[in-house]
Amino acid sequence: MEFLCHKISGGSASAPALASREAISFLGTVDPETGEVVDPGHQLFGKAIGGKVLIFPGGKGSTVGSYVIYQLKKRGVAPAAMINLRSEPIVAVGAIISGIPLVDGLPADILRLEEGTLVTVDADRGRVIVRDGL
Amino acid sequence: MHLSREEERAHQGELGDSLRKAMEILVALGDIYGADRLIPVRSVQVAGVSFKTIGEAGLEWISDLQGKVAVPAVLNPAGMDLHRWREMGIDESFAKKQLEVVEAYRRLGVSPDCTCTPYQIKPGFAQRGDHLAWSESSAVSFANSVIGARTNREGGPSALAAALVGKTPRYGYHLEENRVPTINIAVDADLKPSDYGILGFIVGREVGEGVPQFIFRRRPDIDELKALGAAMAASGSVALYYFEEGGPEAPKGAEEIEVTAADLQAVREENSPDEEVDIVAIGCPHTSERELEELARLLEGKKVERELWICTARGIAERCPRLVERIEGSGARVLCDTCMVVSPASDQYNKMMVNSGKALAYVPTLCKMKAAYGSAAECVEAATRRV
Repeated sequence: MEFLCHKISGGSASAPALASREAISFLGTVDPETGEVVDPGHQLFGKAIGGKVLIFPGGKGSTVGSYVIYQLKKRGVAPAAMINLRSEPIVAVGAIISGIPLVDGLPADILRLEEGTLVTVDADRGRVIVRDGL
Repeated sequence: MHLSREEERAHQGELGDSLRKAMEILVALGDIYGADRLIPVRSVQVAGVSFKTIGEAGLEWISDLQGKVAVPAVLNPAGMDLHRWREMGIDESFAKKQLEVVEAYRRLGVSPDCTCTPYQIKPGFAQRGDHLAWSESSAVSFANSVIGARTNREGGPSALAAALVGKTPRYGYHLEENRVPTINIAVDADLKPSDYGILGFIVGREVGEGVPQFIFRRRPDIDELKALGAAMAASGSVALYYFEEGGPEAPKGAEEIEVTAADLQAVREENSPDEEVDIVAIGCPHTSERELEELARLLEGKKVERELWICTARGIAERCPRLVERIEGSGARVLCDTCMVVSPASDQYNKMMVNSGKALAYVPTLCKMKAAYGSAAECVEAATRRV
């Protein structure tokens, strides 16, 4: 299934999906050294976001979150790509400075995508391709 | 968003990787907020300076950038006095990292002035009608409300991107339609200078992101406006307010809040100092020359019995060495480049007394310390009272 989307940060990547219905505050929620979600209150608690297509409604919290995304990238544990319903500046800036493809403007159903489903994010062409059905 | 040919070239990476990154940030923010184009800015104040907040990741990002800023730029306060950090109890490893952060910015052409009050040391940085890309919330409020310039509140990377490109996306407070007052604040009290921090603390909580129009009995002075705006930007996120008649008016039927002397008194009483206070900190935002004069007068012939920090911009301290000497004769410290809110040195203490509504909002949340409030004179009194 193919979706049109809006490019925030360029590039393309294919990887298994990891979707959350909850917004993510990167500062405090994600360990910048391991890419693991360490906030016990978060839906993705215990999951590693490294190498995944991370799908979530949008960012929240401290603007330092942008730098946390950059640190994840430098440590090799950043998401391969990210999909938001609506991007806000923290995640947008984090994705850009880190060179991680980021798109938004997808239907909310995307947040229910099963973990591990292969997803291709082609930010430059404004396309998201989901290999299995939703 | 429409880009000029030159901007398009930078965006495509024809002018180097750092400018491409900077343009991508500006374009993405412009898209998110619906800006139609970029506009030139006169100056930039870059956030993301204290190593305590940006950490290793932020340092790496700044260090990886190349190029030079296109417009004059200064920094937000750092986590320590860049010269006298040892006296503050800052450890060696933090100091090393903090100096690396400032050096990385300096390499990009950013002036290493670390202050929340660039308008006190750089008069050419902002004039009425200028577009700016400033970061620190109290500076943003002062620029928009007192100077009559136009700036959004930038994050670290977006401010640095604006400095490298010399432009910012046109949205938010750059647009006339977003600068209209949304709520009237009738102040039914004769205010003392130290009331403005409390007033801002109260109003910020009430109005959130609104644009308050104040109705005062008398016109506040510059230092009072500085304190008022800083507090509203901390307890709420007010980036613009009005305090004079004859400006734009809130639409008919807009909400009006009344603040009385009793309201101010209640907040004062809730936050009155006690024996627990083990540090007193003044200079949030950074003190002006006039405030230093007042402190020198208040401290004349006294000795401090508790730690007393007076935070200011290095440019101000250098302009008045005699005042600094008189103040420090009491044992107080005049610290530059930093403040009690952003420095990890605050962690050594238990309860901090301040004369700032902004610090009153942030000390308990960002520094996880107890806070008390008083006027500058009451702060000096608390710092010099025999233990």
